Amino acid sequence: MALMHDHLMQGGQMLLLLLLAPLLTGWVRTLKAQLLRRRGPSLLQPYRDLLKLLRKEVVLADSASWLFRVAPYLIFAAIWVAAALVPTFASSLPFSWSADLIAIVALLGTARFFLALAGLDVGTSFGGIGASREMMIASLAEPAMLMLVFTLSLLAGTTELSAVARFMLTADVGLRVSLALALLALIMVAIAENARIPVDNPATHLELTMVHEAMVLEYSGRHLALIELAASLKLLLYLSLLGCIFVPWGMTTAGEEATAYLLGVAAYLAKLGLGGLLLALFETSIAKMRVFRVDQFLSAALMLGLLGALLLFVSRSL
Amino acid sequence: MPLSLLLSLSMALLVVGLHAISAARRTGRSQQTYGISLVICVILLGMALVHLLSAAAPATLILPLGLPWLGAHFRLDALSAFFLMVVNLGGAVASLFALGYGQHEPAPGRVLPFYPAFLAGMNLVLLADDAFTFLFAWEFMSLSSWALVMAHHRESANTRAGYLYLVMACFGTLALLLAFGLLAGPQGGYDFATIRTAEMTPGLAALALILVLMGTGSKAGLVPLHVWLPLAHPAAPSHVSALMSGVMTKVAVYGFIRIVFDLLGEPVAWWWGGLVLGLGGITAVLGVLYALMQHDLKRLLAYHTVENIGIIFIGLGLALAFQGNQMYASAALALTAALFHVLNHSLFKSLLFLGTGAVLAATGERDMERLGGLIHPMPWTALAFLIGAAAISALPPLNGFASEWLTFQAILLTPELPQWLLKFLAPAVGALLALSAALAAACFVKAFGITFLGRPRSPAAAQACETDRYSLTALFTLATLCLLAGILPGLVVDGLSPAVSLLNGGARLPVQQSQPWLTLVPVVDVKSTYNGLLVLLFMALSGILAAVLIHRFASHGVRRSPAWDCGFPDVNPAAQYTAGSFAQPIRRVFGSVVFQAREQVTMPPPGDGRAARFEVKMRDPVWDYGYAPITAAVIAISNRFNHLQYLTIRRYLSLVFGALVLLLLGMALWR
Repeated sequence: MALMHDHLMQGGQMLLLLLLAPLLTGWVRTLKAQLLRRRGPSLLQPYRDLLKLLRKEVVLADSASWLFRVAPYLIFAAIWVAAALVPTFASSLPFSWSADLIAIVALLGTARFFLALAGLDVGTSFGGIGASREMMIASLAEPAMLMLVFTLSLLAGTTELSAVARFMLTADVGLRVSLALALLALIMVAIAENARIPVDNPATHLELTMVHEAMVLEYSGRHLALIELAASLKLLLYLSLLGCIFVPWGMTTAGEEATAYLLGVAAYLAKLGLGGLLLALFETSIAKMRVFRVDQFLSAALMLGLLGALLLFVSRSL
Repeated sequence: MPLSLLLSLSMALLVVGLHAISAARRTGRSQQTYGISLVICVILLGMALVHLLSAAAPATLILPLGLPWLGAHFRLDALSAFFLMVVNLGGAVASLFALGYGQHEPAPGRVLPFYPAFLAGMNLVLLADDAFTFLFAWEFMSLSSWALVMAHHRESANTRAGYLYLVMACFGTLALLLAFGLLAGPQGGYDFATIRTAEMTPGLAALALILVLMGTGSKAGLVPLHVWLPLAHPAAPSHVSALMSGVMTKVAVYGFIRIVFDLLGEPVAWWWGGLVLGLGGITAVLGVLYALMQHDLKRLLAYHTVENIGIIFIGLGLALAFQGNQMYASAALALTAALFHVLNHSLFKSLLFLGTGAVLAATGERDMERLGGLIHPMPWTALAFLIGAAAISALPPLNGFASEWLTFQAILLTPELPQWLLKFLAPAVGALLALSAALAAACFVKAFGITFLGRPRSPAAAQACETDRYSLTALFTLATLCLLAGILPGLVVDGLSPAVSLLNGGARLPVQQSQPWLTLVPVVDVKSTYNGLLVLLFMALSGILAAVLIHRFASHGVRRSPAWDCGFPDVNPAAQYTAGSFAQPIRRVFGSVVFQAREQVTMPPPGDGRAARFEVKMRDPVWDYGYAPITAAVIAISNRFNHLQYLTIRRYLSLVFGALVLLLLGMALWR
C-alpha cells in the first residue's frame, strides 16, 4: 500500500509538472505584456502552440542526421526526470534517493550537451553560434550551481534534495550569510540557464546575441514542441528549486492526510505565481547585456557561491 | 601458481615482439601479432579479475635474475591486480582494434615488434616487488613506447615529440631512482618488503614524496611536467596512442600509489595531501583549457588525459589528507573515487582515441577544421564516439559521472579536517573540479560536433566510409563497458574494495551489492545516494513514452528540405562554425588570462582587393615561463663551455692536473 502510494505520488508530481510548465510560461508572458501596457496573449496560449506544433509534420534539413531527430526526446526526458526529482508540494519525494542535487545539475548538463550538439548538426552558422555561446555560459553557470550544492550540503549534511528541504523546514536554519549568498548565486544561475534577460532574450529570433533560440532554429513540428516544453519545464524546475530550498513553507511532510496535500499544492502554486511575477518585473526593468559581459555576471555568481561555501568551511554558524 | 603464469605470459608477449621482427617483413602478418597479443591480454585480464574478485592473498615470487645479491622480486596483490585489469583490458581492446586498423600502417616493421614489448613492460611494472625490477620495467616501458612514438619519424613534429619524451622520461626515471635511494636507506634494502618496514625521518619522507611526485607525475602528465604528453601521445599510431593515454598514464598513477600509500606508509604528514590536491586541481583546469584551444583531434584528447590525471590526483590528495588525520572512512571514499576514475578514464580515453583512429583511417585527417559530417558515412563510429564523449564529460548515467560524483562527495567531507589550509583549499579545488567538468562538456561538444556533425569541410571527409568490423567491435566493447560502469557503479566499488582496504589500513566503503536497486552509498551516515540504473530507466521510460505517444496520437510525418538558417542558407560548408570559432567565446573568457590570447584582425580598406586576415596569438604559460628559461640556460652554459672542445693537448693536460689537485685538496679538507 505504501509502495502504491509512493508511486502514485511520484507519478502525480511528474504529471503535475508537465501540465503546469506551459501555464507558468504563459503566466510570465502575460505579466510581461501587461507591464508593457500590451494586452498580451491568453494564459493558455502556450498549450495551444504546443498542440499545434505536435500535430504538424516535421520539416527536416537535408544535412540533419539521426542525432538531430533523437536529441529532442533525450533533452525532454533528461529535463523531465530532473524536474521530477525536485520536491514541489511535498517535502519527501519517494524516489529522491535515486539522484541527489549534483545528479540533477548533471542531468541538466546532459540535456544541454545534446541541445548544443543538435545546434551543430545541420551545419549552419546560427546553430554554431548558439551552441558555442551556450557552452560558454554553462562553463561558468554549472560550477556556480555546484558551489551552491556545497553550501547546502554543508548545512544539511546531505546533497539529497528531499532531506535538504526537510532540513530547511526546521527551526535551526535561521538567517545565515552563506544562505543569502547562495540564494543570490542561484538566482543568477537560474536567469542564465533559462536564457532570460539580461543574459539572453527568450522573445527574439533575429538578434546576434541570442543563444537558446539560435540553437533550436532548425527545429520544427513535434521536435520543436518537445524542446519548447523542455524549456518551460526547466524554468519550472528552477522556480521549484528556489521554492523548496529558500521558501519551503507550506510543503507537506510525510505522513499527513489528503487535505494537507491539497494545501501543499496550493502553497506551491502560490510560490510559482509569485516567482513568475518577480521574474516578469525583473525582466521588464532591465536591459539585455552584451554577450561578453555575461561571463562577468556569471563569474560573480561563481564567486558568491564559492564565498558562501568558504564561510561554512570556516564556521558552521555563518 | 597464478603469479608465475602471469610472468610467463608477460614474457610470451616479449617473444611475440621478437617474432614480429621477422614477421613484419612479410605482408599481412600484422594480424598474427595483434591476434596473439589479444589472446594473451584476455587471459591476463581474466586472471587479474579472478585475483581481485576472490580477494586472494598476495602471492610472491623471487627469481634469480637482475642484481645477483637481490634477485628479481615479484608480487601480486589487490592493487596490482586492479591495475593489471586496467592495463590488460586496454591492451586487449587496442589489439582487437589493431586487427583491422593495423593494416593501414605504412611501416609495420616499426610498430609490430615494440607493441607487445610495450604491453609486457607495463605488466612487469605492476608485478615488480623490488626497486631494481621496478625501474628496469619502467624504463623498458618508456623506451618501447618511445620507439612507438618514433614509428613515423619522418615527420619533423614527431622527431621533436620523441626527443622531448626521451628527455622527460629520463628526468622522471632519475627522480624515481633518487626516491628509491632514499627509501632503501644506507643499508640498501631495495626489495619492497624491506622498504615497507623501514623507518624514515619526516624530512626524508617528504623529500621522497616530492621526488616520487616528479618521477611519476612526469609520466602521468601532471602540470607542469605534462609538456611532452600532448606531443608524444598523438604521434604514435592510434591504437598505441590509446594505450599510452588510457593505460600507460595509469601505470604512472600505480607507481605513485604504490610508493606513497604502500611503501612510504604511515605516518603521513597532512600537508602532503594539500600539495597533491592543489597540483591535481591546477592540472585538471589547465589540462581542459589547453584541450579547448586545440584543433588536432588527437592532441585535444591527449590534453584531456592531463585533465583526467588531475581529477585522479585530486582524489589521491584528498585520501592523503584524510589519512594524515586518521580519518580512514573518508580516505576510503577518496581512494575509491580515484581508483574508479582510473578505470573510467582508461575506458573512455581508449574509446575516444580508437574512434579517432577510425576517423584517421577513413579520412587521413585528424585536423578538425578539415572534417565534419562524418555521422552520415560512419554512423556506428559516431555513436561509439558520442558515448565516449558523453562519458568523459561526466554526464549521467555514464561512468565518468559516477566517479566524479564520488570525488565531490569526498570533497564534501573535508570540513571535518582540522587544518585551516586544507579547509580553504578543499572548496577551491571543488570549484576547480566543477569548472573542469563543465569545460570538458564544452570541449567534447566541440570535438564531436565539429568532427561528426555539420557538413563535410573537405573532400576527404565527404568520401569517408564506415570502419571495419574488428574496430567497431573494439569500440562498442568499450562503449558498453562505459555504460555498465555508469549504471552499476556499486559493483565496481565493491570490486575495488580489496585494493582500497589494502592501502587504507583495512577501511573500505560500505558493501554496495546489498543496497536496494544497487544504489551507490558512499558513507553510511550521510544520506547522499545516487542510482545510475534508475536514472537511466527513468530517462529511457519518459523518452520512449513521449516518442510513442507523439507518433501514435499526434504526428509522424517528415519532410526533407534545405536548411532554413533564417532564410540565408550558406551553400559553402566553409561558412559553418569551425573548431576555432566554437572555442572563441571560451578563449575570450579564460584564454585571455591564462594563455594571453590576443586576436588580431587585419582588414584592408574598402576597394583594396587583398584578403582580410584574422590571427590569434597564444602563449603557453608553462612552456614560456617554466621550460624556456631552463632550455635557454642549458644552451647558454653549453655555449660557454663549447671552446673546451678546441684546446691544445697541453691545455687538456693542465686541466686534468688541476682537477686532480682540486679533488685531492677536497679529500684532504673533508677528512
